[in-house]
Amino acid sequence: MPVSVELVDPWATAHDAGAVFGLLDDIDLRFSTYKKESEISEINRGKRSLRNASDAMKKILDLSEETKRVTHGYFDIRHDGIIDPSGIVKGWAILEAARLLRGRYLLNFAVTIAGDSQVSGRNCTDEPWRIGIENPFNRKELIKVLVLGNGEGVATSGQYIRKGHIYNPKTGQTAADIMSITVIGSDIYEADRFATAAFAMGKGGLAFIERVSGCEAYMVGHDKQASWTSGFDRYVMAE
Amino acid sequence: MDQLKKYLQITVVLGAFGLLVWVKSLEQGTGSREVAGSLPPVSGPGGLPPAGFPDMPATLTPAPTPPPAATPAPSQPRGKYKDGTYTGSVADAYYGNIQVRAVIRNGSITDVQFLQYPNDNQTSLYINSQALPILRSEAIQAQSAQVDIVSGASDSSAAFRESLGSALSQAV
Repeated sequence: MPVSVELVDPWATAHDAGAVFGLLDDIDLRFSTYKKESEISEINRGKRSLRNASDAMKKILDLSEETKRVTHGYFDIRHDGIIDPSGIVKGWAILEAARLLRGRYLLNFAVTIAGDSQVSGRNCTDEPWRIGIENPFNRKELIKVLVLGNGEGVATSGQYIRKGHIYNPKTGQTAADIMSITVIGSDIYEADRFATAAFAMGKGGLAFIERVSGCEAYMVGHDKQASWTSGFDRYVMAE
Repeated sequence: MDQLKKYLQITVVLGAFGLLVWVKSLEQGTGSREVAGSLPPVSGPGGLPPAGFPDMPATLTPAPTPPPAATPAPSQPRGKYKDGTYTGSVADAYYGNIQVRAVIRNGSITDVQFLQYPNDNQTSLYINSQALPILRSEAIQAQSAQVDIVSGASDSSAAFRESLGSALSQAV
């Protein structure tokens, strides 16, 4: 899974990028369900109780609970008795990385993990960041170009890479109503969690995003038709 | 329990509003009366259209049971309320303000519009979410512009599970 940290400020150093990778590494060590020794794995094995969880773990569980509530239960990190917080951790981790960089007096950067990005300031040509939305039917193509100049986050949730990675917690079935939904949020944490939930909602996800203040979305259906929320246009690059 | 509390709050607000409508109807139409049916579309804060409360159990609606559809509209309205459009006061529902406007036709509430409703915090997201008609659609089309970043679905959660660490080691 590609991680990219682009630092534009002339005073940025390799130490800044290193600090981000270190932070993400720590987060991964704690939250990866694929690492036997991670805290989340110990919790899932019953080796560690939630009461004795670290503050970071408690924070993520709280955020997950809150997200479950505001998404009408469409976002749920608990499946079959196992807690898998990756759906919330990714956006949160990217946002933490951005906060770390701001704390190091950096203003212009982009942090991207596997297609989900947090931008800040402007790009290396001193323009707003340009984000392309990938064609879910052909990964080599872009179907929309977004212009983000206010530190937004953008996340895409979809089914087209690997079938069945997002479940509709209401039915236990794979969510497959739509091909993809791209959400622009005031930050990547918002964009990512609501993109995941909206995707699980299927066609109703767009109406959900319409109601989420600060978020806009572009949804692609199986018929190659796209629809979008009322404020999405302002992010689209003029042709 | 929290949700129940919220519903209770809404019930109180809407209930109070229902009372207001009733009182107004007794007052034989005071200054706030307008001609029904000629309202401009109401926009909620942030440009959102006013939301209904889809998650609210139907029993919380303060409106009286509307007459059966088959009932012909009598020239003399015989419902509880006087026809017109009534604007309620701004009510604090503890997670934000609510103000509604009701349209009465043939003596019954035919529409309740939300002039103000909370949409700027996460609690109210839960309440305000409801299906909207999709406004526009288009066939997807390839773009050729240069971009800094591509947004697409990685198998994100699976990918994250497969360990960020291994990705990091490749990325450094």
